[in-house]
Amino acid sequence: MKIRATFIIAALLVFCVSHARAGQESHEEKPYFEYVIEHISDANEFHVFGDVHIPLPCILYAKDRGLDVFMSSAFEHGHKVVNGYVLDHGDVKRIKGWSENMGVHHIERTGEEEGSEARFAFSDGKAYELESPGHFLQPTSWIDFSITKNVFTMLLASLILFVIFFSVRKSYEQRDGQSPKGLQSFIEPIFTFIRDEVVKPNIGHHYEKYMPFVMSLFFFVLICNLLGLIPFFPGSANVTGNLATTAALAFFTLIIVTISGNRHYWQHIFWMPGVPVPIRFMLAPIEFAGVFIKPFTLLIRLFANITAGHVIILCLVGMVFILGDNGKNLGGVISGSFLTVAFVFIMNLLELFVAFLQAFIFALLTSLYIGAAIEEHH
Amino acid sequence: MTGTLGAVGAGLAVLGAGIGIGQIGGRAMEAIARQPEVTGDIRTTMIIAAALIEGAALFAIVGAFFF
Repeated sequence: MKIRATFIIAALLVFCVSHARAGQESHEEKPYFEYVIEHISDANEFHVFGDVHIPLPCILYAKDRGLDVFMSSAFEHGHKVVNGYVLDHGDVKRIKGWSENMGVHHIERTGEEEGSEARFAFSDGKAYELESPGHFLQPTSWIDFSITKNVFTMLLASLILFVIFFSVRKSYEQRDGQSPKGLQSFIEPIFTFIRDEVVKPNIGHHYEKYMPFVMSLFFFVLICNLLGLIPFFPGSANVTGNLATTAALAFFTLIIVTISGNRHYWQHIFWMPGVPVPIRFMLAPIEFAGVFIKPFTLLIRLFANITAGHVIILCLVGMVFILGDNGKNLGGVISGSFLTVAFVFIMNLLELFVAFLQAFIFALLTSLYIGAAIEEHH
Repeated sequence: MTGTLGAVGAGLAVLGAGIGIGQIGGRAMEAIARQPEVTGDIRTTMIIAAALIEGAALFAIVGAFFF
């Protein structure tokens, strides 16, 4: 009975696949890869499904206007101008030199104009030049402090960490001397594993000073990776797959290693002992570049691993849409979903492993670099 | 043509990573066969080394995005 049922299901599968054909994109639908890019990038709203969006606050500061705070639903998906700000394909931009009496409230589209590199908003036949938010190296007339998907998820991850660790601390205080119970017994092996296998052997003496930093790093990266794997609302943001987030974490590592470097550390970089003098001149620039390259590898490794995993899963899920020709070919949809469910399940298991592994590797390499910086002469 | 150049570069990078991680896996298995009681340590070290090599390969893939 079981074997016959498997044969029937296999025959149905073959029948479906033989009727499936790879869909061609029609004129009004975007190529699937744009959906992939949309899912792994940051945005000012959570796109739950279909037409359901959860808007997030936009916090924008312009030098002449002051602070503007409003929900991103005010943009009405890029058709409205809100206090001079427009949505240009998902990015918030400002109309250059905007003043209230310019009288532009709706825009038809945004795009580029011939002869200029800047982006323009087109409304009623007129083109208004748009400017991006300024940052440290390139200031413009306004700054963007919005709560985007990534910021929201990072705040959520911090909140989760606070809740978990404060409750574990309370259990430790109340159950002093007793065996751990509940959340405490879940966190304790992970915590002691990181302390005894990662922090203590690599940092050596005075490891307690660096424990809070390495622990926070590990758990923050872990929770953010795990939240990125959940496909629906509280977790669908790709936080650690964002260069800015991983750059900030690697920047902290760089600062802490540079500040805690002792005399021997700097000596080994610029004037290393035990090496003939001409070679010291050759090695010093390379070692100095290494000071910056090591955190840079941390950044790239985490970013690429997490983003690659998300892209693979999104492309596999896209097989359903591609084989089913965006819903027009039912046989394709069914066979696509058989393929997709199996592969995406396996890929998600692998991604779970990668989430833990990358958090572990980030913490391990950070402890190694800190340990190298504070190592005493032997 | 530039699009395929990036893809070829990324494929070569994965080739290097595959060889490297394959070597690590093979040596780890030999080591476990020689001394089964340190399987835990060898397994941990193998995973760490594999993650570092994969980091290098992903460097190349990220570079391939620009071409």
